[in-house]
Amino acid sequence: MPRTDENSHYQSWGRFPKAEQQSPVRMTSREGILPPRSSDSKLLAYGMGRSYGDSCLNNHGHLILTRDLDHFISFDETSGILRAEAGVTLEEILNFSVPRGFFLPVTPGTKFVTLGGAMANDVHGKNHHVDGNISHHVISFELVRSTGERLLCSKDSNPDYFYATIGGLGLTGLITWIELKLKPVDSPFIAQEVIKTSGLNDFFALTKASDKDFMYTVSWIDCLAKGSSIGRGLFIRGNHATASQAPAKNKTKISKKSVPMDLPSFALNGLTVKIFNALYYNKQLSRKTSNIVHYDPFFYPLDAVHHWNRIYGKRGFLQWQCVVPFAGGAGESAIKEILEEISRAGQGSFLAVLKTFGEIPSLGMMSFPKHGVTLALDFPNQGPKLFKLLERLDQITRECKGSVYAAKDARMSPESFSVFYPQVDDFKKFIDPDFSSSFWRRVRGESGK
Amino acid sequence: MNIAIFGANSAIAKATARVWAEQGHGLYLVGRDAGKLTALTQDLQVRAKSKIFSEAADLTDTSKHEQIIINAKNSLGKIDLVLMAHGTLGSQSDGEASWKQTLQILDSNFLSQASLLTLLANDFEKALHGHIAVITSVAGDRGRASNYIYGTAKGALSIFLSGLRNRLAAKNIPVTDFKLGFVDTPMTTHYKKGPIWAKPEAVAHGIVSAIEMKKDVVYLPWFWCWIMMVIRNIPERVFKKMKI
Ligand SMILES: Cc1cc2nc3c(=O)[nH]c(=O)nc-3n(C[C@H](O)[C@H](O)[C@H](O)COP(=O)(O)OP(=O)(O)OC[C@H]3O[C@@H](n4cnc5c(N)ncnc54)[C@H](O)[C@@H]3O)c2cc1C
Ligand SMILES: NC(=O)c1ccc[n+]([C@@H]2O[C@H](COP(=O)([O-])OP(=O)(O)OC[C@H]3O[C@@H](n4cnc5c(N)ncnc54)[C@H](OP(=O)(O)O)[C@@H]3O)[C@@H](O)[C@H]2O)c1
Repeated sequence: MPRTDENSHYQSWGRFPKAEQQSPVRMTSREGILPPRSSDSKLLAYGMGRSYGDSCLNNHGHLILTRDLDHFISFDETSGILRAEAGVTLEEILNFSVPRGFFLPVTPGTKFVTLGGAMANDVHGKNHHVDGNISHHVISFELVRSTGERLLCSKDSNPDYFYATIGGLGLTGLITWIELKLKPVDSPFIAQEVIKTSGLNDFFALTKASDKDFMYTVSWIDCLAKGSSIGRGLFIRGNHATASQAPAKNKTKISKKSVPMDLPSFALNGLTVKIFNALYYNKQLSRKTSNIVHYDPFFYPLDAVHHWNRIYGKRGFLQWQCVVPFAGGAGESAIKEILEEISRAGQGSFLAVLKTFGEIPSLGMMSFPKHGVTLALDFPNQGPKLFKLLERLDQITRECKGSVYAAKDARMSPESFSVFYPQVDDFKKFIDPDFSSSFWRRVRGESGK
Repeated sequence: MNIAIFGANSAIAKATARVWAEQGHGLYLVGRDAGKLTALTQDLQVRAKSKIFSEAADLTDTSKHEQIIINAKNSLGKIDLVLMAHGTLGSQSDGEASWKQTLQILDSNFLSQASLLTLLANDFEKALHGHIAVITSVAGDRGRASNYIYGTAKGALSIFLSGLRNRLAAKNIPVTDFKLGFVDTPMTTHYKKGPIWAKPEAVAHGIVSAIEMKKDVVYLPWFWCWIMMVIRNIPERVFKKMKI
């Protein structure tokens, strides 16, 4: 067996950019000390690598692999308070907690992420308007610094480090365990409604009407639609099903497929995307359908195809996610403008997701969500043409005081970063001097150093 | 069932222990690193209601073996099954340079197991009850320049197990030898992973079901059986010139 230090093995989900890391270190005990590093290379925790861009990469540095920190520490069946190591995945938590009547308080669109990764990006889900971000449900965690210090962080203990580490992009040190409160549920099912929307105005009206009565709302949109149908798509809303709503047979078999290898890039040209989007939209013929679905297809439709990122071929793909504040209608028009730019550029997005963020303020200094509308899209990596389009989208976002999500970013400029994250100067103080990432060096204009 | 696991901190043993704990079996975990052992014990106690005991010990210290087995029997009542998973990859080049290093590799991969197995086999034989399961490696099927010291230890262990199996067959005490291929664990952090690499969880399920079926020699994942058949059958005059 070839004993090569696998430096290119660890990638981000978008597989762009590539990074050459030094030999990785597996953290196998939460009591362990951080690995020593050579003087000119930095450390960075790596969970499941489900960040799209380069925030989980550390070119020329070392990655600390956290997946061996996968132990549960304690669970209170009455309160739903779980303490678990930071390398536990959301899938592992669900497998454990759902049969015991508890669900994740907040979940992103994939369950293949670690708790530590979820904290470092302060992830949000379809229930942001009700429950905020993951950190709103976190009681405490331990942060290990390169000095060897172990900080117990909560609102009362080392609060500065608590708020800096939430959404802190892994730069403040290594989180070893997290205590969070799970949400009680009566069944593993969701009572879902899918409504066909004719355009953006329809979406905004539906969102407004649904946010009060539905815990989960999200919309998939066809971003190749033009003119008045811009923003048309499917609006999905749901609540946890009661025990009596749940189907008698308490198991749905989820089929697992996998993309075994890279697809050639023609597999995803404008035409295929158009067909895909049209199919998705037309699949649903009547205006509204209601049904009871298992949580898996409801929250994690993409997880059903393992390694779906390979569909974009070797060059990888980029995701772009913004949030724009409502600001009396300015947000709505910014979203429209962004969608028009994308439609005009015809660079096709395989997936486009639109959702409103509620008013709950984020806790982390660097957390992404704020009250407004968020839009997320995928783009195959078409080089300079795409980068030009994304810069244009950044510009629209900057102008309306919005922000672009670091967890998904592979290319924003240092100038954009400081506009999107004005708190960065306060945040800097909490960065562990031994930690850094490809993302951080890029947005600080230090990539060459 | 009551199961004693030696080398319980191994990624593969951990995944196996989780399956067994969830099935309700009582476990006695022996591992070297006390911190990891506590973490694993807590984890299993959160996941399952079964009895979990643990003891930290460096298993190359054979003078402790008798006492460890007594402790396990006292805690569990009796032992129905043992799984032995501990081992170290060691460094082939260090071993080539130093006999002391070679001995260490033999110690952690063969001698410590042989000592435990001697005691356990006698106990099981006397009780006319028990099941022995040990993790070895495909590296033990043929010596290769890149890791023949480790391979020697694992190969010796397989031969030891084959002898025990022959001895204990009359007493209906199964001896299962797990010859593993590449598994993504802390032991193999620095290897480039490819499609033939298995996850510890998948291997754990293979271990649990092969034990239920009282198998003798099991390659995990299964396709290693064919790979090793080919490798074992390459004529030595060709093999000695190959770089594998
Ligand atoms: C299909 C898909 C859907 C998604 N949907 C959403 C969504 O709806 N909402 C959302 O918010 N995000 C979403 N994401 C993004 C994803 O949730 C985040 O990128 C998440 O952080 C990934 O977690 P990970 O374990 O893979 O971490 P990685 O990507 O490996 O790392 C992410 C960051 O966390 C840091 N980190 C990891 N572990 C630790 C630790 N123990 N201590 C300190 N720092 C640590 C890393 O250094 C890095 O900065 C989605 C991603 C995919 C692929
Ligand atoms: N991974 C593979 O590709 C592969 C292939 C074939 C065979 N195997 C075999 O599978 C078994 C399990 O290994 P793994 O892959 O799960 O790797 P692992 O996670 O590194 O486990 C090895 C374990 O052995 C324990 N150990 C080593 N020396 C010990 C000693 N003197 N006393 C007590 N415990 C000791 C270590 O305990 P502490 O953590 O407590 O120090 C460690 O947890 C090993 O026997 C290995 O040789 C592995």
